[in-house]
Amino acid sequence: MKQLVLWLAAGAALTAWSAESPRMGGQLRLAIQAEPKTLNPLLASDEPSSLVRYLTTGVLIRLNRATQTLEPELAASWKVGEGGRRISFRLRNGVTFSDGTPFSAQDVCYTIDRILEPGAESMIADAIRFEKGKLVCRADRADAVTLVLPAPRVGFALLWDGVPILSARSAQKDKASLGPFLIAGQKAGAYLLLGRNPRYWKRDAEGRQLPYLDSIRLEIQRNRDFELLRFRSGDFDLINNLSPDSFEKLKAEMPSTVRQLGVSLDSEQMWFNQAPGGPVPAHKKQWFQSRDFRLAVSQAIHRDDIARVVYKGLATPASGPVSPANLFWHNAALRPAPADAKAALSRLVHAGFRMRGQWLYDPSGNPVQFTIVTNSGNQSRQRMAAMIQQDLLATGIRVSVAALDFPSLIDRITQSFDYEACLLGMVASELDPNEQMNVWPSSAGQHQWNPSQKKPATDWEAELDRLMQQQASALDPTNKTRKAAFDRVQQIVVEQAPFIYLVYPNAAVAVAPGVRNVDASVLRPQTLWNAERIYLDARTKTASR
Amino acid sequence: MIRALCAVFLAAVFLSALGAPLLAPSSYARQFRDSPNAAPSRTFRLGTDELGRDRLSRLLYGSRTSLLLAPAAAALAVAVATAAGGAAALARGVPEMAFLGAFDLTMSLPWMFLLLTVRALLPLDVSPAASVCLTFALLGILGWAGPARVIRTAAREILSADYVLAALSRGLPRTRVLLVHVLPNLKPVLSAQFWTSIPVFILAEANLGMLGLGVAEPLPSWGSLLRDLEGQVTGSANLLAHCWLLAPVALLLMTVLAVHVLFGPEYSQ
Repeated sequence: MKQLVLWLAAGAALTAWSAESPRMGGQLRLAIQAEPKTLNPLLASDEPSSLVRYLTTGVLIRLNRATQTLEPELAASWKVGEGGRRISFRLRNGVTFSDGTPFSAQDVCYTIDRILEPGAESMIADAIRFEKGKLVCRADRADAVTLVLPAPRVGFALLWDGVPILSARSAQKDKASLGPFLIAGQKAGAYLLLGRNPRYWKRDAEGRQLPYLDSIRLEIQRNRDFELLRFRSGDFDLINNLSPDSFEKLKAEMPSTVRQLGVSLDSEQMWFNQAPGGPVPAHKKQWFQSRDFRLAVSQAIHRDDIARVVYKGLATPASGPVSPANLFWHNAALRPAPADAKAALSRLVHAGFRMRGQWLYDPSGNPVQFTIVTNSGNQSRQRMAAMIQQDLLATGIRVSVAALDFPSLIDRITQSFDYEACLLGMVASELDPNEQMNVWPSSAGQHQWNPSQKKPATDWEAELDRLMQQQASALDPTNKTRKAAFDRVQQIVVEQAPFIYLVYPNAAVAVAPGVRNVDASVLRPQTLWNAERIYLDARTKTASR
Repeated sequence: MIRALCAVFLAAVFLSALGAPLLAPSSYARQFRDSPNAAPSRTFRLGTDELGRDRLSRLLYGSRTSLLLAPAAAALAVAVATAAGGAAALARGVPEMAFLGAFDLTMSLPWMFLLLTVRALLPLDVSPAASVCLTFALLGILGWAGPARVIRTAAREILSADYVLAALSRGLPRTRVLLVHVLPNLKPVLSAQFWTSIPVFILAEANLGMLGLGVAEPLPSWGSLLRDLEGQVTGSANLLAHCWLLAPVALLLMTVLAVHVLFGPEYSQ
């Protein structure tokens, strides 16, 4: 009897091991919506190029997309000293590039030099360039590097999640990879093949070298309907950024494949043109500059309906500029404005507007009507605009909707300022408020309602300037002062409504049966942020690839 | 028999489009937000769209938009084409070459991009009704070159007919010859050009609608109704299960077919 129990226990353990132990090999396939604009990791800025950079390069510090905390990667540890003017990294020993060249402190300094090279045009350069003085990189030892900053800069550690380390000595130059994969093949306009880096430094708990996959095939598939069809037929294993329509369809047909990740970092918002130079009639400018008018419009909009009808429940009514997906920086005290047409109308009446019949008129007797522009081809935005149109009818405001092709729209909102209201979305890829320095200060180019001001036009914009400066220069390790300043920024934005936030679209992905260890996150690259640990189940069709 | 059926069908479509305010169960803009994407029922005979708007009402009003304005655009295009084609028929030498060059140039223009550009330059604060009129007016203005070539050829033939030569040799002014002798004899050609232009403009507006640049929300047109199909057509099984979504496609195809049977080149002889 005792022997039988032992045999059963051994059998169960074996079954568990065979079911749980990750399988090496196989090819993972998914679609990207455009060809990467560049394979130079220092120049990557578009989403496909950034994905390739993420998978084929190594970084000193990695942001864990699930916990939103910084973790050691090529740097085993790091220390910030001298009031934020010095960062010391201790590098991992025994790490090599894909061609066998050893990784050392020299590579880190070489990478920084390459980024700061005049004419290099790297997007990363702005983040490590200083107005006065230059960032100095000192290779103290082969496994120790020190960065000396001319002035303290907050959120500097997070920046290293996006800095790909290049080899200073490899004969393969930038092609030598420290990431889990390397570029193994490419056919222009068709696909990009990423092969396994045979010298990747990470190992799993059992001591096996990562990544588990042999390769990742990124197929260029612009049409998202075809991407869905190919996922259904088993051609693709993953879909990132699943649209609400596709989510609904897959949920009905292959419920086990879809995953809702909750609210994303992105937001959809509308704003009124307050730029003094825009060819907008003076009386309309007065409305748009009136806080009561903006708040009344915000109050009349049914955000719940937009989330439920337009996004099919795959969105969350927005409470302010920072989505709750940004765990630390979101101001939890803010709540989405509940829709209340009566309150909105009484606010307008209090501000001097009058209802005559079913329409609203301003104090000078002008009928209150404006046009919302949005980009053509984006059905969700056009539907949102149609819903706002109906919501505002309850307050007597007539709204027209004009869908423009994207270049015309951008020209109107950034150059000619020939528009009244605009509905667009904001894609946020970074967590730190410093990333929004191009939005909130009144001098910023993306201070969209009234950009590039020489002097703040209003007191509250002056306060925004002060608070953003304060959060950018406060150096406290716990970020308490910064958090307080940025919470106030969010509060002012909600109180003044220069942007009327509508919804935060939820993030959703699809994962084919048989693809294991996908720990999808709302942060990009959603399903692939831990690509080195993803493996294919032996029992599935995908495993035969 | 087929022609009679087509005539009855077209008459029914035109009448129901004209009578949309009486026939439509609700306003084309009203959003029943608790019933988005509803299947056909007693309340919503053709179901509802993504925003919960009654599809039947939108189809009736959309037919009115497309069927009333497409003929107007066709009339505009044929009027411009008659003037240009007539002038080209009378011209000789360099002016004639200039006319023919203008026809070819206009026909070779990427009209979709031209429309996008012109549409983007238009003022934004136009009502949906004005926006739809502008869209069709643009289509009419830009769609004259094809008919103008046909009209020029036909006018040239008439101008070389004996009775026209006789009138000219008796000293009749050229404008009188054109108005009294040429134009009445061009009527069958103009009529054929008019009727064959209608489906072209309906489809052009549908194309613009697919790009989101045709008729502004909430006014429906066949183009905007076709645009609603985007994303729905991802599987034949899915489409068969939701066949009522294809009502605008069926109506557009049958109308274009009926117009061609009744007024197409073969039948208009």
